[in-house]
Amino acid sequence: MSAVATEPVVRVEDLCLHLTTGEPVVDGVTFSVAPGEIVGLVGESGSGKTTTALSLLGYTRPGVVIKGGTVEVGGESILGRDRRALRSLRGKTVSYVPQDPGGALNPSLRVGDAILDVLRAHRAGGGDDPVRSALERVELGSDPRFAGRYPHQLSGGQQQRVTIAMACVCDPPVAVLDEPTTGLDVLTQDRILAELRRLRDEDGMAMVYVTHDLAVVSQMADRIVVMYAGRIVENGPAAEVIERPRHPYTRALVEAIPDFKNPRALRGIAGVSVGVGEWPGGCAFAPRCPHQEARCHETVPVLEEAVPGHHVRCMRWMELDLQAGERGNGRAAGAAVEPAPLLEVSGLEARYRSSRSASPAVDAVSFTVEQGRCVALVGESGSGKTTIGRCLAGLHVPSAGTISFDGVPIAGAARKRPLEVRRRIQIVFQNPYQSLNPRQRVRSSIIRPLRVLRRLSRADAEKEVGDLLERVKLPTRLGNRFPVELSGGERQRVAIARALAARPDLLICDEVTSALDVSVQAAVLELLQELQRELRLSMLFITHNLGVVACIADTVLVMDRGTLCETGTVAEVLASPSHDYTRRLLAAAPCLPDGVL
Amino acid sequence: MSDRFRFLRTTSGAIGAGIVLFVVLVAIFGPYLAPHDPAAPVGIPLSGSSSHAWLGTDFLGRDVLSRVLYGGRSVIGYAAAATVLAYMVGMAIGLTAGYARSLVDPVLMRSVDVMLAFPPLLFLLVLIAGAGTSVAVLIIGVAAIQAPAISRIVRTATLEVSTRGYVEAGIARGERAFAVIGREVLPNIMAPLLVDAGLRFTYSILIIASVNFLGLGLQPPNSDWALMISENRTYIQLNPWSVLVPAAMIGLLTIGINLTGDAIARSLGRSYVPRATRSVVS
Repeated sequence: MSAVATEPVVRVEDLCLHLTTGEPVVDGVTFSVAPGEIVGLVGESGSGKTTTALSLLGYTRPGVVIKGGTVEVGGESILGRDRRALRSLRGKTVSYVPQDPGGALNPSLRVGDAILDVLRAHRAGGGDDPVRSALERVELGSDPRFAGRYPHQLSGGQQQRVTIAMACVCDPPVAVLDEPTTGLDVLTQDRILAELRRLRDEDGMAMVYVTHDLAVVSQMADRIVVMYAGRIVENGPAAEVIERPRHPYTRALVEAIPDFKNPRALRGIAGVSVGVGEWPGGCAFAPRCPHQEARCHETVPVLEEAVPGHHVRCMRWMELDLQAGERGNGRAAGAAVEPAPLLEVSGLEARYRSSRSASPAVDAVSFTVEQGRCVALVGESGSGKTTIGRCLAGLHVPSAGTISFDGVPIAGAARKRPLEVRRRIQIVFQNPYQSLNPRQRVRSSIIRPLRVLRRLSRADAEKEVGDLLERVKLPTRLGNRFPVELSGGERQRVAIARALAARPDLLICDEVTSALDVSVQAAVLELLQELQRELRLSMLFITHNLGVVACIADTVLVMDRGTLCETGTVAEVLASPSHDYTRRLLAAAPCLPDGVL
Repeated sequence: MSDRFRFLRTTSGAIGAGIVLFVVLVAIFGPYLAPHDPAAPVGIPLSGSSSHAWLGTDFLGRDVLSRVLYGGRSVIGYAAAATVLAYMVGMAIGLTAGYARSLVDPVLMRSVDVMLAFPPLLFLLVLIAGAGTSVAVLIIGVAAIQAPAISRIVRTATLEVSTRGYVEAGIARGERAFAVIGREVLPNIMAPLLVDAGLRFTYSILIIASVNFLGLGLQPPNSDWALMISENRTYIQLNPWSVLVPAAMIGLLTIGINLTGDAIARSLGRSYVPRATRSVVS
């Protein structure tokens, strides 16, 4: 990119944002975006990345105030403008693509009217049929009736493409994208990313891409800005940052990405991300850093230029050689002897009473899970994989087929299964924010299965809680907290502890990491692998992330529209997929460029 | 649980709770403070305030102050009884419909819809005309008016909560429906229900007051705020206190409960306030 001669379209200098109560949220952020450049803004939840990105639109969330610095977009200063001036800039000079398109589109406006609204607000012309041409740019123009549809009639991917069409209808030089693909499945994500790349290439639109997923950003961005606790810790060309990270935090983020091409033991980052108001003195990452020294805790390191165009905020960047991570497959090999089947499912069929379609949600699915093995169930959203998990857990009664556990056929509804079967099959749910009873302390959530399924006395149950919390690497004192006081990763560990309390033989994990940041996901997967090894657990791991599959599973089942379309060992399926759908999934899965790590 | 009383720290919460406390205290301890027998004439009918009778006398010469001090128990007591009864029935229907989600749900809910189609006051009047005027009929009638709407609110809240992981975990453990509802569902739908219960209570007071005013509830010579308004309304120019003071007590209680309910709703971080208080006294 010959960005040297051209003026940048976005220039952020020494941006500082505080809470109204005084705690800093973003501190001294400086970066610029050249025309037609995609800059990835990366960090964990609470790192200030979204707050920084929103300030490009002159917007701060309630309770946040801009303390100082300059933000220039398209040559115009943003900060200190009044509401009217900002309104005329938003959409025309800088536009925004939200994280959740379903919530961002007005449900009572047709797609075409929503796009026209943007044009009218800026009194822009845009040819004789501006809506049509806007929709054509995001490849939604083939159906002339599309502009007349309402948001609820569209799929998630289509909704997101409509918000992108709205964002670029006035041809702004810059767009801010806030995790635009987070809620979407792999195939849709791949289409959206291709769309965005095309918009950049054809129209030269610069983008600020906010995400916690380095794998996505490594495919998209020209430059990557890594933020931690409100400060930039690394800023450089994308390939440089991914392949030769200079900051220990970036390195840890790269290591946390599950990659199906290079399956390896994932390593989570120790400790939890610091929140607003709890920044330590000195380097904010020091308490979690494996390379910390005494001086790291004393002063905040400055952002230094390591090589031209690549900045890093670390005292020890010169001495540390962060590329030399140990390579190779850290996964434990499956047991040598052929293990006995624990769960056998044959001809499983499940329907939903409310669904109008004649075809069942799950149709004639048969598979086995052997003792001590991990089987991954992969598929797009709506493919029926979660329904299978619910059938096994006794939450959904199948309409046909048998489920045999340890050689004995079991009933469909949990109530009709013997206690021993209920104890031996446990499930962990997808959304950690809804899987723990908010009115109960962590301790009593874990005691319940001990009392109900293992018939322990209250005193014995109390004694085991501490052990279980330790098992999932949580401090024992967490038992007295309420779920609201815990982070997403901590909640998911508690949910795992609740399942382990029953001493299960089969653990069903339903998308357990999809609501978590990449680094937290790595830590949870690391824990599950360890538990599987030590407790000889069998697992059914439901996911849409092939990178996760490669890291944790022995065999894989691929589902497409309610039926199994491919089964085999992970190595076979990922190396030479036979089904067309599996091939598309693999091609769409975001992964790091070859040769990293 | 200081968290539960956080609403008291807001202005409207503190004022509302103060008003409710005042009216309830008057109703409970009023009879002990009353200077006269509420049923006995103490002076010339409809005389103004004097040192003998501070708020004057009513159309039969009875002391208005004493009658106000005696007259709160019946209104508040019957309204509370009716609300509790309505909640028992409404929660049973709503929890069953929302939790079972089988054929039980549509059957129960369509029956509830039929009940909701009757105009509430008309329903109560027909009931009283058929079964006669007694306290039991009044309470059952008011509860029957309230229960269908309560069951709808409970069902919606239950539906939302029962797809959560902690409820499903309980079902997967094979626990009895009672245990799952009591432990996992109920505590998590209590917040909106508490707010709703306050407003239902107000509504019960208003219905009971309207029926008493129409002369179909409590009969003279009982002292009751609503009955007092009804008895003395023709003579409002002669002794305004005999109408205004009992009316103000009912009004204060209504305002106090509404303020408190709003404050609780806000402190729970929800804008959810059911619109249940329709005026039936016009």
